Amino acid sequence: MAEYIVMPKLGFDMREGVLNRWLKEVGDAVHKGEVVAEIESDKATLELEAQVEGTLLAFLEEPGSVVPIGANLAIVGQPGEDVSALTGGGDAAKAPAPTPVAATAAAPAPPTAVAEPAPAAATETLSAEFPGGVKATPVARRLAAEKGLSLAQVRGSGPGGRVRRADVEAALVQPPAAPAMPAAPATPVMPAAPTPTAVAIGPDSEAVSTTRLRQAIARRMVESKVSVPHFYVTTEVDMEAALALRQQINALLPDESKVTINDLIVKAAALALRDFPNINATFAGEQIVRHKRIHVGTAVAVEGGLLTVVQKDTDTATLSKIATDNKAMIARARAGKVKPEDVEGSTFSVSNLGAFDVDSFIAIINPPEAAILAVGSVKQVPVVVNGQLAIGTRMKATISADHRVTDGAEAAQFMQAFKKYLETPLRLLV
Amino acid sequence: MARITMRQAITDALREEMLRDENVFIMGQEVGVWGGTYAVTRGFYDEFGPRRVRDTPISEMVIGGAAVGAAMNGLRPVAEFMTINFAFVAFDAIVNHAAKLRSMFGGQMKVPLVFRAPGGGGRQLGATHSHTPDVIFAHFPGLKVVSPATPYDAKGLLKAAIRSDDPVLFIEHATLYQLRGEVPEGEYLLPIGKADVKREGSDVTLIGYAQGLQVAMEAATDLAKEGIEAEVVDLRALRPLDMGPAVASFQKTFKAVVVEEGHRSYGIGAEVVARLQEEAFDYMDAPIKRVAQHEVPLPYSRELEQAALINKQRVIDAVKEIL
Repeated sequence: MAEYIVMPKLGFDMREGVLNRWLKEVGDAVHKGEVVAEIESDKATLELEAQVEGTLLAFLEEPGSVVPIGANLAIVGQPGEDVSALTGGGDAAKAPAPTPVAATAAAPAPPTAVAEPAPAAATETLSAEFPGGVKATPVARRLAAEKGLSLAQVRGSGPGGRVRRADVEAALVQPPAAPAMPAAPATPVMPAAPTPTAVAIGPDSEAVSTTRLRQAIARRMVESKVSVPHFYVTTEVDMEAALALRQQINALLPDESKVTINDLIVKAAALALRDFPNINATFAGEQIVRHKRIHVGTAVAVEGGLLTVVQKDTDTATLSKIATDNKAMIARARAGKVKPEDVEGSTFSVSNLGAFDVDSFIAIINPPEAAILAVGSVKQVPVVVNGQLAIGTRMKATISADHRVTDGAEAAQFMQAFKKYLETPLRLLV
Repeated sequence: MARITMRQAITDALREEMLRDENVFIMGQEVGVWGGTYAVTRGFYDEFGPRRVRDTPISEMVIGGAAVGAAMNGLRPVAEFMTINFAFVAFDAIVNHAAKLRSMFGGQMKVPLVFRAPGGGGRQLGATHSHTPDVIFAHFPGLKVVSPATPYDAKGLLKAAIRSDDPVLFIEHATLYQLRGEVPEGEYLLPIGKADVKREGSDVTLIGYAQGLQVAMEAATDLAKEGIEAEVVDLRALRPLDMGPAVASFQKTFKAVVVEEGHRSYGIGAEVVARLQEEAFDYMDAPIKRVAQHEVPLPYSRELEQAALINKQRVIDAVKEIL
């Protein structure tokens, strides 16, 4: 009995993916868990693992195609099995197409790891194995049916990507991930995103096609700026003690867990969020959903855009864990090998341009979060101490906050707390 | 309210019932002059005399058979097996005679007896003397199987068992004899076949009985320190099995772990899981876990024995796996 290989769902807001290339040819044996193709989502290039076993009988999509999640990519079955009915009644265009495949295979391979396992890639696969193509618990199915939510739109946090009750509930309160989606019941009506202006390409200009990551950033930032009323609070932090502490800590730590200034900032933000749970939240129309767990994301510049890598339970994680995890996640992000769990689930973000000699800047909130912290460079500046001019070590930080969730006074108090954690940095260790 | 041991609660229940009804009598090995292997009937021989506190030969077939005969003829025997392991010798009397006679003979006679038996492992008594075979007996219709987890339940359920017109196997987990709990003064009865919520919580449902229930309670206490609130349901009886509170709790928490001291295969966990999926399928949000004794003859070595038995950490691990 022939089965399909389908476009997997690799993230909550993934609607479609690009089939980059096949790693198998028609006639090859396919084993469960074996990498058969390379898929590009908004966020990363990932490997597609087969969920079925047998012989690859036909390709249904060619490399380069943009394919909606759950759509069929290839047919796997018994050698010699007649699949003409499955490929669209023997349509030549859909029949096995060895030539383009061979050509693609011969083309220089992008440096994405082919042999490395990418467990997350396989786990989200829409598959005929499960009712409705989605692995979900019975209670998640019932809730989704009651609320008219399609389970294919929900990212599963359970084992193997299983959609659980909490995932459905989170999806019901989250704003829609893409403006193209009809607004979820709990979210306010959003103004339509402006259509990009048509631009003529002349001899003085050059058209650069956008990556899916670039498109995702464009979509999300428009969504945030047009629907979230931002306000901003800036404060200056004395970083003298934090730098001294960092030096002391790093003298004790191996390279892979050496603590960066950003790790200190992330930890301080997480502790401040614990003091101000209202800011660790999502605006959901009739209600504000406060997240019980604190997951601070760090924006990472990657080729063609940026990704936010997420330290789970940041408030309880030790500095060395934050340092080790962030290093590993940032390395994966820069290598294009990010795992879906690296970039999902943040409840607050930090954007740090300190490395680029920046005084201060303001950031756009990363929905569905309620705030983001923009951090500038640590600088030596003249300061007044007890009426005397002295040299101080200072860093400016600006919070952008969602005015539907919080107000200036609370954001200012949050910044005070954040500042205090960094200025008495032993508190980051206890 | 007095805090007494489970042993004292059982002793009090037996004594009150013997004083109330002169048809109630006790029989078993060493229950009389010696006062019982676990000292449950200490002093009874002097108080009630040899006619009502009868030492038997070292033959479980005699104990089982004589108890059935006495019950058929209008007495209310409380027959003690020194341990549940020895009840295997009397299996025929228990499941073929005690459990079947009333229905096979159209209700011409009743068999109002109680078999009491200490059971369970954890005391370095070796594989043959450490069984928790409760589910084997609970398999057979016609026999009620009760196993309490607290002194309060032990007293109320044993008194109800003695007054039951049908045979009851009353299994006392030997490691619980020293467990203390509040027991009110004066008489009370608890219905056989009613489960009980021993601790309220909203995150996960732990279902157990007897020693398993106590292990579940310890795990719940530790989990609460991490902010995980477990609801703990005590089945109290394996037959009739009351799933009401467990189902209601599962519909609230969507997740469950069954904790039992017996082996995992064909255990009470298997039965409870089957019923939860039948009665609350649409509330299931994770696989229902079973924490049970490993599938080995229980070792004698203390370390190996403890490794094979259930403990609170295994329950905590199971909970975290599905949260």
